[in-house]
Amino acid sequence: MRPISYSRVSDVGTAIGTVAADPTSAFLAGGTNQVDLLRIYVEQPRRLVDINDLPLKQVEELPGGGLRLGGLARMSDVAEHPTVRRRYPMVSESLVLGASPQLRHMASVAGNLMQRTRCTYFRDTEVACNKRSPGTGCSAMEGVNRGHAVLGTSECCIATHPSDLGVALMALDAVVQTESPAGQRSIPIDDFYLLPGKTPEREHPLSHGELVTGIDLPPLPVAAHSRYIKIRDRESYEFALAAVAVAMSVVDGRITEIRLALGGVATKPWRARAAEAALDGAPATTDSFTRAAEAELATAVPHGMNAFKIELAKRTIVRALTEMTQREGSA
Amino acid sequence: MKSQQAVQTTPTPDSAVVRGPDEVEVRLRVNGENRRMSIEPRVSLLDALRDRLDLHGTKKGCNQGACGACTVWVDRRRVLACLTLAISCENREITTIEGLADGDALHPMQEAFLDLDAFQCGYCTPGQIMSAVALLTEGHAGDDDEIKEWMSGNLCRCAAYPHIRAAIRRVRDEQGGDRAAH
Ligand SMILES: Cc1cc2nc3c(=O)[nH]c(=O)nc-3n(C[C@H](O)[C@H](O)[C@H](O)COP(=O)(O)OP(=O)(O)OC[C@H]3O[C@@H](n4cnc5c(N)ncnc54)[C@H](O)[C@@H]3O)c2cc1C
Ligand code: SF4
Ligand code: FES
Ligand code: FES
Repeated sequence: MRPISYSRVSDVGTAIGTVAADPTSAFLAGGTNQVDLLRIYVEQPRRLVDINDLPLKQVEELPGGGLRLGGLARMSDVAEHPTVRRRYPMVSESLVLGASPQLRHMASVAGNLMQRTRCTYFRDTEVACNKRSPGTGCSAMEGVNRGHAVLGTSECCIATHPSDLGVALMALDAVVQTESPAGQRSIPIDDFYLLPGKTPEREHPLSHGELVTGIDLPPLPVAAHSRYIKIRDRESYEFALAAVAVAMSVVDGRITEIRLALGGVATKPWRARAAEAALDGAPATTDSFTRAAEAELATAVPHGMNAFKIELAKRTIVRALTEMTQREGSA
Repeated sequence: MKSQQAVQTTPTPDSAVVRGPDEVEVRLRVNGENRRMSIEPRVSLLDALRDRLDLHGTKKGCNQGACGACTVWVDRRRVLACLTLAISCENREITTIEGLADGDALHPMQEAFLDLDAFQCGYCTPGQIMSAVALLTEGHAGDDDEIKEWMSGNLCRCAAYPHIRAAIRRVRDEQGGDRAAH
C-alpha cells in the first residue's frame, strides 16, 4: 500500500471543498472497499479525507411520506431500522444478505453504492482491464468470467455491479442526494449508475469531490410488500450470482402493481422493465412469471462460463414472484 | 522503521488538517488504556495493534475483509481491524481479545470455548470470540440457524463450527437467553 496522508473533517462544506480542490484525494467512509483497493494498488489516492464525523448518519422521515437514509448511515443500522423494515423490507433484506456483520457495522450506505466491481482482473494490476486502465483491453472477455454480467455489457467491460442495496433502490426508484462546490443535486438511482459502454472507468455521473449526502426512498405503499432474494455459491457472506428485488400487489389474482430489479447478473443494478411490462395487469400465475422472465433475459449476452446465469436469473425471477404471490395470498 | 518527527501537521486553506504521509503521532484508547504511537496514516488498526502495541491476540488471516480473524470492537461494535486505518480510530474505544478477561477471570465466552473444544489450531479463535460476544449483545443468537448466519463473517479452516455454536449457546443460556428472544 502506498503512503497516504489523512484528514478528518467534521462538516460537509470542508469535506467537499477539500476533496474537490485536490484531484489526488478521496473520501474515506467505512473503508471496507477503499482500504482494500488502496492496499492492492487499484485505487491510488494520495490523500484520504475521513468523512465519518459528518452528521449524515440518520434515517429520517421526509415530508410527503418518504424516508431519507443518511449517506453515512451504516448498513447494519439501516437494516435494523424499524421503519425501513416495515415500509421497505427489501431494503433491509438486501443489506442483511450482504457482506458480514462486521463489515455491515463499518460500511456506509453511500459507500455501498459507490463500491467497485469484484471482477478479479480489475483487482489484479498485472493484467489488462479497461475499467482500471482504460484502453488496455478486458481480460474477462475470454477469461474466468463465471461471475460476470449477462445484461448491460459492452465490448469493453462485462463486470457485474456488486451492490445488493443498489438493486433494492433501483426497484424503488430511490433518489441519490449529492452535494459539491457547485451545489446540491438529486439524481434518480437509474441515472446514478452508468452502463460501461466505451467508458467503463466511469461508473457514476458524479464530479470529483461530489459527496453522496443521502438516499431518498419515495413514499410507496407497495414497498411494504417486498422482498430481496439472493442466490450465491454459499449460503452467506458472498456476493450474488443472481438476485431479485420485488415489490408486488395482487388483487383478485391479477398483478396490479409490480416493481422488479435484478442483481448479480448486470453491469449496474438492473431494473427489469421488460418483465414489469409483461407482468403489469397479468394473472399472477407461473405462466405469466415465466413469460416475464423470458422477456427480461431476451437481450442477455453470455460470455462462456457465465451462460448459466441466464437460466439462473429466470428461475430466480419466477421463484421470487411465486413466493411473493403465496405470501400475498396468505396475508 | 524510519524515525520521524512525531507530529507533522500542515494546515490547508480549507482548514482540513493534513497528517502524513510520513509518521505522525496517533493516540488510541485500547482496552481502557491510552496508547501513543508514531505511525504512517496508511497503517491498519490490525498492524498497529500487532506491530506497535504488541497485542498479538488479534490475528491476520486474509488482510482483505474475508475471514474475520482480525475482529475487534470499535466503540463496542465488532469490526474488521484489517480494513480499518488506525488513525481513523482516534477518539474511539478499541477492545481486543486481550481486553476481554476481567483480570485473571476469563470472560464466560472464553471459558466456554475452552470447555467445549471450540477450536483446533486456534488461529481464528480470538476473532470468533470477539464476534461471539458481540453477537449476544446484538441479539442474533436465537437459534442455531441465526447463530450460523450472524457468525458467517468468521471463517474457521479447522471447521470447529459445531463446537463454536455450542459455546455460544451455552453463554447465551447462562445469560438468560438471547437479548432479542421473546
Ligand atoms: C469480504 C466482503 C464481502 C462483501 N460482500 C458484499 C455483498 O455481499 N453485498 C454488497 O452489497 N456488498 C458487499 N461488500 C462490499 C461492502 O458492502 C462495501 O465495501 C461497502 O458497502 C463500502 O462502504 P464503505 O463505507 O466501507 O465505503 P469506503 O470503502 O469507505 O468507500 C468506497 C468508495 O466510495 C467512496 N465514498 C464513500 N462514501 C462516499 C460518499 N458519501 N459520497 C461519495 N463517495 C463516497 C469512497 O471514496 C470510495 O471510493 C463486501 C465487502 C467485502 C470486503
Ligand atoms: S470485465 Fe470490466 S472490470 Fe473486468 S477485466 Fe473486463 S474491463 Fe476490467
Ligand atoms: S484479516 Fe481481516 S478479515 Fe481476514
Ligand atoms: S480453529 Fe483453526 S482456523 Fe479455526
